[in-house]
Amino acid sequence: MRIELTVNGRHEAAEVEPRLLLVHLLRERLGLTGTNVGCDSTSCGACTVLLDGQSVKSCTVLAVQADGAEVTTIEGLSGAGGGLHPLQAAFQRHHALQCGYCTPGMVMAAVSLLAEHPHPTEEEVRRGLEGNLCRCTGYQGIVDAILEVARTTGGAER
Amino acid sequence: MIPAPFEYARPRTVEEAVSLLVHHGEGAKLLAGGHSLLPLMKLRVAAPSLLVDIGRLVDLRYVRDAGDHVAVGALVRHHDLETSPLLEREAPLLRYAAGFVGDPQVRHRGTIGGSLAHADPAADLPGVVVALEATMVVYGPRGERLIPARDFFRSTFESALAPDEVLVEVRVPKVGGRRWAFQKFNRRSIDWAIVGVAAVEADGGASVALVNMGPIPLRALETEAALRRGASQAEAAALADRGTEPSSDLNASAEYRRHLARVLVRRALEQVRR
Repeated sequence: MRIELTVNGRHEAAEVEPRLLLVHLLRERLGLTGTNVGCDSTSCGACTVLLDGQSVKSCTVLAVQADGAEVTTIEGLSGAGGGLHPLQAAFQRHHALQCGYCTPGMVMAAVSLLAEHPHPTEEEVRRGLEGNLCRCTGYQGIVDAILEVARTTGGAER
Repeated sequence: MIPAPFEYARPRTVEEAVSLLVHHGEGAKLLAGGHSLLPLMKLRVAAPSLLVDIGRLVDLRYVRDAGDHVAVGALVRHHDLETSPLLEREAPLLRYAAGFVGDPQVRHRGTIGGSLAHADPAADLPGVVVALEATMVVYGPRGERLIPARDFFRSTFESALAPDEVLVEVRVPKVGGRRWAFQKFNRRSIDWAIVGVAAVEADGGASVALVNMGPIPLRALETEAALRRGASQAEAAALADRGTEPSSDLNASAEYRRHLARVLVRRALEQVRR
């Protein structure tokens, strides 16, 4: 089946089998390997991307379901100059990662969280990250990074 | 994990979806948000020969005031439920409980219709619609029919839907003025309930539904009867597991589930009847 979608602002068209998962379209067909596959079972959140602005687990979305949609991956966050997104910079400052495997999904979940809650409480940040597992950091640095971005940018900036 | 191959159709109307179901028989499955079905297909527990993707039927995505009830279209996503001001006013139990389904990413995709039609005994929303005494609106080749929530769930993963029928709407009675409670016990926030309780204040007592205490969501009938007789909350809650048939699994033994049901119902009743 032929699908068309916008990925990180670029128009893409592909001929896909209906069973192709969105994460495999992104990684294997479009070469966007920033999105990781972790548990492959809708639990860990490593494969989180934005689908029409909302966080989703791309291991549990068919590529055909994303036909006509707008997808944003971690590669789509940096500005035209290629600099880090405020959340990426804050993750770096707060040591919000160690091995880094969960980080692309964690950052995308945070982007969606701040879009819905520009001024979250710490409790709201923790609840908003329930779909993302990190086995290194204990989450504190991640929560601190997101709260700092919410404070300094009003959260809504993307 | 890759699903087995399947054909894919994207009907533009509910009628077209039904005719695809009629034509293909039991090999066809409806796809809405896909957050119950796709994980099963990736595990190859399910291998439908045709997916009928109704996810784009925006006509089925609404939450509206319909007089004595709130009409919720089957394609309303959990995130829509948890952010609906109308539900907050008229059926806050449903709004609140929707916020405990899965995690934010799951709630962005999963739909109320999909969750109910999947009929997972551990899922939150089936118990909630049973407590609220909601009515399912089902559309099929013989037209529309109404099914009370208590008759909708037949067994584990089995509902009253015929293979050629589509759940199109959930009618939720307005209970805005009544007290309510939702209790969910699990070890990790993203997991299914080991046991859950949905309760709403009702005339002479409370309507109390149990999640994961049997193959379908069950009413705690002996608890409800005790409340009508004027029993204390503690006395009524001690009867909560009567008539249930919980299973034993990796998460809990049946006996532990019975204990949880009694404790969670007591907590729920303390919220419902202060």
